[in-house]
Amino acid sequence: MMRERETAAAASGRSSIDYADMLLLRFGEFTLKGKNRTRFEKTVLRHVKELVKPYPKAVLSKEFGRIYVTLNGEPARELAEALKNVFGIASISPVKVSRSEFEDILAVSRTFLEIIAPAKGTTFKVSARRVWKDFPHGSIEMNKLIATPLLQGYPGLLVDVKSPELELKLEIREGHTFIFCEQIAGVGGFPLGTNGKAMLLLSGGIDSPVAGWSSMRRGLEVECVHFYSYPYTSELARQKVVDLARVLSRYAGVIKLHLVPFTEVQTSFTGIGQDNLIITLMRRAMLRITTQLAEREGALAVVTGDSLGQVASQTLSSMNAIGRATVLPLLRPLVMMDKSEIVELSKTIGTYDLSILPYEDCCTLFVPKSPTTNPNLRIVEKIEATLPGYSARLDEAVAGTETLSITPYGDEKPSDVVPAQAGLQEEWF
Amino acid sequence: MLYWDYAAASPPYEEVVQTMEQIMKLHYANPSSLHRPGAEADRLITRSREVCAAALGVQPQEILFTSGATESNNLAVKGAALQYRSRGRHIVTTEIEHPSVYESCLQLKSLGWEVTFVAPGSTGVVDPEQVAAAVRRDTVLVSVMHVNNETGAVQPLREIGSRIKAANRRTLFHVDGVQGYGKLNTQIKEWQADLYSLSPHKVRGPRGVGILYVKEGVTLFPLLTGGSQEQGVRAGTENVAAVVASAKAIRMSGERREAFNLQILPLRNRLLEFVSGIPEFTVNSSRDGAPHIVHFSYPAVNGEVMARKLEELGMTVSTRSACSSRLAEPSRVLLSMGRNSAEALGGVRISLGDSHTEADVAALEQALLTAVQALNIVERGTR
Repeated sequence: MMRERETAAAASGRSSIDYADMLLLRFGEFTLKGKNRTRFEKTVLRHVKELVKPYPKAVLSKEFGRIYVTLNGEPARELAEALKNVFGIASISPVKVSRSEFEDILAVSRTFLEIIAPAKGTTFKVSARRVWKDFPHGSIEMNKLIATPLLQGYPGLLVDVKSPELELKLEIREGHTFIFCEQIAGVGGFPLGTNGKAMLLLSGGIDSPVAGWSSMRRGLEVECVHFYSYPYTSELARQKVVDLARVLSRYAGVIKLHLVPFTEVQTSFTGIGQDNLIITLMRRAMLRITTQLAEREGALAVVTGDSLGQVASQTLSSMNAIGRATVLPLLRPLVMMDKSEIVELSKTIGTYDLSILPYEDCCTLFVPKSPTTNPNLRIVEKIEATLPGYSARLDEAVAGTETLSITPYGDEKPSDVVPAQAGLQEEWF
Repeated sequence: MLYWDYAAASPPYEEVVQTMEQIMKLHYANPSSLHRPGAEADRLITRSREVCAAALGVQPQEILFTSGATESNNLAVKGAALQYRSRGRHIVTTEIEHPSVYESCLQLKSLGWEVTFVAPGSTGVVDPEQVAAAVRRDTVLVSVMHVNNETGAVQPLREIGSRIKAANRRTLFHVDGVQGYGKLNTQIKEWQADLYSLSPHKVRGPRGVGILYVKEGVTLFPLLTGGSQEQGVRAGTENVAAVVASAKAIRMSGERREAFNLQILPLRNRLLEFVSGIPEFTVNSSRDGAPHIVHFSYPAVNGEVMARKLEELGMTVSTRSACSSRLAEPSRVLLSMGRNSAEALGGVRISLGDSHTEADVAALEQALLTAVQALNIVERGTR
């Protein structure tokens, strides 16, 4: 929490965009898909609204293919950093706004150039677009009318109309003209939830939050499911998962987290003398519980952080034996990715530092010395069929599940396993 | 015997003592332990953080518990300087800071940092203009106390804060709030302070705990390592009982601030007027100062002699800050205010607390008169 924000921004190497009066957000690939566009755009707008909330002076407006965020003094860099993570946003341009009068456009363009201060020898062009046809000068005429005085004032610039390093864009509209040159890449993808909903198995490791983010980027709404085995796993481990979900909620506005008490189910597998199958049995139980939760929540798939061959439960043969425990499609966004790629992504998403906190979670607990990489499905099914009270225990776990709605700036907490007031007397404070 | 040294240490509230006792008996577990008693002890720390944050108008995660305000000040100054050394190696502070700030700056100086010490005016108040003028591009930290511990002079923190930030918005602002809390309004946000130190035992809490407010987003280089307590900024097993009792004292003293002023200000004003009427004294406090400190110099003898004489007459006073009162050197604070060395050697500090009454002050006045008469005779005899 006491991480320094400034150095992170400095390290990203981008020049300051504090000059901006407005941010121009462009929608991504989905604009090509005609009939769903309104719904998609509305979803993006809702997401943007959520992220702009902490900046009360900023004003939003929407137009075909774009969203404008008028800053009114709110910090451009911070907002751009937050908004480029909105799924469905392809790019962001920091914009200076002038009145749509020639003298004013020229004056603001001059200031703009001074702020950007391009190095000597930078190639340059002006691209004007006259949207408001009553403006007295046409687009091509404007290019010249603006570029000529700018070049006189800035003799170091070289004209290059084919592929300039600096392209000063002018959009002349009724009332206001937008002046900009920079494009910050957005995360792209589909607006949140426009491709339906799935349950994400969130363990607390490096992979599962990345799998969640990847799903969200493709327009899936995800609800997180976490299994904990108190007292074998600590409350810190649960808090860690809440914190991970909170990072994911930055991309979703709000995210649901289901905390499933797994102690009874997990310990029931330890006494059957088939230690090498414990993980297979555990993973299947998790899928069964998640499937029940999915039905309740109206989700149509289960997302996992499986990456082929990474651990014993992620061999093809294990995936086969485990996956048969659910009828829902299993989505594995990371299945063909290398660990190093996943780690890189988790750093970008902001979950890595949390993921590497060393708390015991239920997947590292009671792990046998040599888990099988090739579980025999028939034996597994037979154990489950003969284990007394198996399905009742699964139902109990579902019934005991606590659900939280996590928001980026909230402080939602799971109810305490040790009651909050235990040993605490308010008169001490 | 009447106790007039509240600025050095104050008697703990009865409730604070009870809290300490109960928690020491019940919650001896280590808050870092994974078992249930450990989790319970950890909750007490969490709750204490919330209570302190509410009293200061900040967020719980911005509160750090240390072993005392001396550690808080050391951590604020050296922790910030070391963490942000790549931004620059220049610190601005004042001539009148408590030794824990002043000497931390001297230590940094000996390691190659540049330190600008701003002198106060003759009233002991520093000029915000002068502080801001000292801020440069490479100034990492400005440290200014809220209330001077010898004279009670109140520093214009709001003006200082806004001018520092105007001069260099990256410069961090540390306020040593030890003598101000519970007496004056604490306005961390309005001052634009990034760091703020507090000492519970000055506000009728227990010894052994200090508080440091660290604004969200500010990182400090840890001075104590070897554990992940206090978000890794300050290793060491938490002093659970004293932390909880400190939270209580901070809350109570904050709530009682106005009542404290109503009770103490008339007494302070009366005493101030009285010492101003004694021609042998040079008064170093003013009505604009903190409500609990009256400081004067009696240049004829060492402050220590006056203090001993008063003790003989049943009055416990200090010569200056307790942390430096065993030094036989002239007071750095008084010298920086332009006092001569006799005046700077002859300082006496009277600090009031909420147990004092009009009758107590009358008795003190009588004792002061007696002491001056006695010492005047001695002095004339030796001449």
